Amino acid sequence: MAVMTYREALNLALREEMRRDARVFVMGEEVGLYEGAYKVTQGLLKEFGDKRVVDTPIAESGFTGVGVGAAMLGLRPVVEMMTFNFSILALDQIVNSAAKMLYMSGGQYNIPIVIRGPGGPAAQLAAQHSQSMEVYFYHVPGLKVVRPSTPADAKGLLKSAIRDDNPVIFIEAETLYAVKGEVPEDPDFTIPLGQAVVRREGTDVTVIAYMGMMYRALEVAEELAKEGISVELVDPRTLRPMDTETLIGSVRKTHRAVVIEAGAGFAGMGSEIASEIQEEAFDDLDAPVERVTGENAPMPYARNLELLKTPSKAKIAEAIRKVCYA
Amino acid sequence: MITKVLMPKLSEAMETGKVIKWLKKEGDPVKGGDVIAEIETDKANVEIEAFGSGALRKIIVDAGGQVPVGELIAIIADPADDISAVSAAPQKPAAPAAAPAAPAPAAPGAASTAAPPLPAMETYQSTPATSRVVPMTPSIAPAAAPATRRVKASPLAKKIAAQGGVDLRLVQGSGPGGRIVRRDVEAALSAPRPAPAAAPAPAAAVAAPRPAFVVPPRPGAEFEDMALSPMRAAIAKQMPLSKAPVPHFYVTSEIAMDRAWELRSELNALEGQPRVSVTDMVIKACALALLKNPGVNASFRSDPQGAAIRVHHRAHIGIAVALEQGLITPVLRDVDVKPLSQIAAEWRDLAERARAQKLRVQELSGATFSISNLGMFDVDEFSAIINPPEGAILAVGAVVEKPVVQDGEIRVGRRMKVTLSCDHRVMDGATGARFLQDLKRLLEEPLRLLL
Repeated sequence: MAVMTYREALNLALREEMRRDARVFVMGEEVGLYEGAYKVTQGLLKEFGDKRVVDTPIAESGFTGVGVGAAMLGLRPVVEMMTFNFSILALDQIVNSAAKMLYMSGGQYNIPIVIRGPGGPAAQLAAQHSQSMEVYFYHVPGLKVVRPSTPADAKGLLKSAIRDDNPVIFIEAETLYAVKGEVPEDPDFTIPLGQAVVRREGTDVTVIAYMGMMYRALEVAEELAKEGISVELVDPRTLRPMDTETLIGSVRKTHRAVVIEAGAGFAGMGSEIASEIQEEAFDDLDAPVERVTGENAPMPYARNLELLKTPSKAKIAEAIRKVCYA
Repeated sequence: MITKVLMPKLSEAMETGKVIKWLKKEGDPVKGGDVIAEIETDKANVEIEAFGSGALRKIIVDAGGQVPVGELIAIIADPADDISAVSAAPQKPAAPAAAPAAPAPAAPGAASTAAPPLPAMETYQSTPATSRVVPMTPSIAPAAAPATRRVKASPLAKKIAAQGGVDLRLVQGSGPGGRIVRRDVEAALSAPRPAPAAAPAPAAAVAAPRPAFVVPPRPGAEFEDMALSPMRAAIAKQMPLSKAPVPHFYVTSEIAMDRAWELRSELNALEGQPRVSVTDMVIKACALALLKNPGVNASFRSDPQGAAIRVHHRAHIGIAVALEQGLITPVLRDVDVKPLSQIAAEWRDLAERARAQKLRVQELSGATFSISNLGMFDVDEFSAIINPPEGAILAVGAVVEKPVVQDGEIRVGRRMKVTLSCDHRVMDGATGARFLQDLKRLLEEPLRLLL
């Protein structure tokens, strides 16, 4: 184990996988000479050269298409979105090419591509750069969607994503790059996709949250423990495929659930998880599933309004108390 | 919006109610479902919930005040609403004491601009189920089953209740809008089970340490007049309404309880089952005998258009519970279809809450038959007064060991005497006798109670 930042953990995962498999290469805006807008690809150009660390023009649709083509021909591209908000420009390549190629080619072409970069609300990045982009992707059959909350998860899940033979959307977070944590240095350490984790054990209510919301929920859980409410915090880590077994297992234990998501709530991850819970665990519920979501509005630039739009600790605590009838 | 809080009509016989205490102060915010006050009726103390939302703007009847049903006791309104018109309105005449749905009698003063008195239930409910308390009074078709109201409970609460044999209709929900949630069912399940109130064996009674027999000192005054408690007043008023107009007759039977006694011991040796008392077995046996003898499960109905006998197709049995200040008769519903274990659990819960005066109104009305058991006071036999509109009541004595003759030999047996008081307008001696015959058979072949 070594203590490192989330950013360093991602860098280590890329390095290890590029050393392990010569087909793995990195491509994106400023990933080479500039070493990444958020320095995730630091030192890669020096170690692996410009054939495997490719700087591209500012043209998401174009270079994502190049990545899909390279994957069809047997390479394993890791395409960086400087922020995931820019992936909207590449939606056609991701949704219509990467996600459907295996199906439409009758199984002839699988697309082992990873598209990664930061997403979700950060700090005053305003309306166009603060979106929880996962909602655009987990709806699409053929895509796997990962949201790793800790440095260890970032490393273990990125390695699994790179080794996966199908397209994986891997969304990090600007606000988590500097978070430090213990990370296994073993180059064989991976975390399987589709495996949730219980971050904190509790008995009264299951709170489901990932990324920044997971950390916020953790703080709330500690505060509510003083009131005698025991929160179990589950981090899904992979949104698709979803580890419903772990989620439902926890709800069966606590009989109550609160789902938190940073993005606007309509048809969001909270809706999906709430629906899953009532389908699978209806008879175990002692209260309706509560959702705490971002407000239905573009992200304001003003700091005070930004705070109002995202789920606050107070809102999370209120939802937990509500389902606990406390 | 302005919501008038009226003295709710919480039972058929209730004419006045006393505000015991307000649980909200003037100015406190109130939302629908909040418990705002405790009301003392002739039968029980009842918490009442707010119907409208806003703030408790004005308390008209202070704690301790007693007013007729339908009287304005408080006003709930938004802080911005002008309530002067409402609070200054002349006191409305009390709602009629009869069925709440009946129109108010047109008192001369009521023709003014003041709103006609609302039936209490439209404004208030003591619990979600209370507004369905009155199925016995209105002249509806005899076959009509008591209206049941959907019980709001979380899926988990329903599951636990089903597993534990808890009747959710008897559980008070603590969740939003009265939703029954897990903790409510668990509380009902873990409520301490009182020792069986029914007919303890005389032998056991001897074995238990007996309290010292102390005659209290003689007071100085020659006598004192005690004010009637609301419950005593209700009894004093209701009983002559039974004994005088209802022509009572009595039939008595002695039942061999040996096998029932053994069965009860066996049942109580089973792990994880509620303890079954003799009363529980008598309740179950009565329910079955009532279904077989519908003539006993019947009420006489005087009606200007012509009297009728209402035959009940459900066995809702009231069981008298002695209290310090009188007695109260909680009702076990649909006893005929409930297993003995459930009857035991529900009856225990009802009796316990009866002693704590925490019964809800709908648990006190709607009986089609009653049982009074004085066995625990070593009473051999007695006769009870019918509780109108029911047609009969069974008085149960103690189970005693005594010499009995069997196959020409004298041996020791356990016997229990029961006396059925019958309304002669509804049934005749043979009707009551056949009921007792069936009751005797059920208790003497008690496995039938388990079928």
